[in-house]
Amino acid sequence: MKDNQLTTRLSLENVSHGYGEVPVLQNLNLTVKPGEFVVLVGPSGCGKTTLLNLLSGYLKPQSGSIQRSGIIRTVYQHDGLFPWLTVKENISMGLRLTEDKKQHENELRELIELIHLQGFEDHYPHQLSGGMRQRVELARVIAGDSDILLMDEPFSALDYQTRLRMRQELGRLLEKRPRTVVFVTHDIEEAAQLADRVLVLADRPSYIKRELQITSMRPRNSTDDPVVEATKAILSEFGLQVNENSKKEYISR
Amino acid sequence: MIKKDEDPNSHGSGRLKRNMSIKSAVSPFVVLALMVFIWWALCNFNIFPSYALPSPEDVLKSFREEIIAGRLINDIIASLWRVAVGFFLSAGLAIPVGLWLGQNAASRRAFLPMLNFFRFLSPLAWIPFAILWFHIGDKPAIFLIFMAAFFPLVLAIMSAVANIPNIYFRVAHDYNYKGFDLLTKVTFPAVLPQIITSLRVVYGIAWVVIVAAEMVGCQDGLGYGIWEARNGLRLDSAVCYMIVIGILGMCIDRLLIQLTKLPSVRWGYER
Repeated sequence: MKDNQLTTRLSLENVSHGYGEVPVLQNLNLTVKPGEFVVLVGPSGCGKTTLLNLLSGYLKPQSGSIQRSGIIRTVYQHDGLFPWLTVKENISMGLRLTEDKKQHENELRELIELIHLQGFEDHYPHQLSGGMRQRVELARVIAGDSDILLMDEPFSALDYQTRLRMRQELGRLLEKRPRTVVFVTHDIEEAAQLADRVLVLADRPSYIKRELQITSMRPRNSTDDPVVEATKAILSEFGLQVNENSKKEYISR
Repeated sequence: MIKKDEDPNSHGSGRLKRNMSIKSAVSPFVVLALMVFIWWALCNFNIFPSYALPSPEDVLKSFREEIIAGRLINDIIASLWRVAVGFFLSAGLAIPVGLWLGQNAASRRAFLPMLNFFRFLSPLAWIPFAILWFHIGDKPAIFLIFMAAFFPLVLAIMSAVANIPNIYFRVAHDYNYKGFDLLTKVTFPAVLPQIITSLRVVYGIAWVVIVAAEMVGCQDGLGYGIWEARNGLRLDSAVCYMIVIGILGMCIDRLLIQLTKLPSVRWGYER
């Protein structure tokens, strides 16, 4: 198991990317600090997923450079679990490098307890609800020695209440097992509740329109003042906030 | 939770369900009885001469003869053996070839027209070659069954592999699945439900081909039995062999259906 000293490196330098003639990302600079929780928000089609694919190495940027070190794993919106493996076997994928059998078993039990799925070890993904499946995904990505988690709208396919619960769950898991996280969402409240830093992306071609540091301690409720403040700030960035609020005590820019 | 005896509807609906399941279990036999009745009626009204349409009684009689003579059992074993060998040979070759072609777009493009060409050739067309290449015995029949089963199976597995959602490979990359591990732990289980379905379809083809395949170079087998009955104008015996072929085909398909009940492939059928 990894100790809490994360030494990840993840940064973009002057990265531009596009599909054919269509530019999607323009001169993007981003450095994600070890252990930081960065959330990218932006309108759909603005290149959030492209950015994640660049970070994971799935796409090569047309120009600019990307530095990364550490084991990177991605959580997808849905269907990321292998349907032919049970809950236990899916989570074990994250422990593939743990050779010691006993340690493997202990880790596995601990992870299943962590996501409260005791009794479902031998179920297959299609026998679980959407929320349970995403919990298994979370257990899988934090299993073993992952360093960086890339999350591509991991909760957006869930119903609202489950989504709220999953935010808490993720917060709790990261408290126990800190990781560097880059989280993509179109859910502004989700961004404000989870992030150390929110990056608001502009529409295509995307650049970082605004950066918000949210310094209040986690776990947070979606109704906490700093979360509400941040939500307002992001909304106004999208032109969706009616009265521009200027309270700044919780948010530094 | 509602307790069973407290629920006023549970008793009635339980009985209803039981009635339904009895009905659905019995209905195939009703259809069967109807078929036999129509057959019997056609014979009794002498629509066809009796040598051209044997009656149910004649067929029963010939069943008894064949069983007592021991020929029927011998033929069943011979045919099952040939189909099994041809089927397993083609599956054993088609699965690896299909997996390889499915992953490799360039070779897929190269081989696809050839595979399609052979798929459309009736196995009957291979009969003269089967005789000249393999002479007599089991071999020509096995060859014909192989030719009938191999090409559709390769094509089915190939397209199943080519259509595996990309997300599985991206996840596999995150968790360091490479080479042989990737093939056996990701690609193969991802298409296993479709492989099982294709095996069922192709087994059906193989079993159908047995009649034609045993035309050549065989001295026994269910297909040979039909040809011999035809030559002796013993259609009662031919019908008896037809019934056996149909029933055995259904029984083996039942066995293959059991494969779809494996827990690790259920996902492929329940979505």
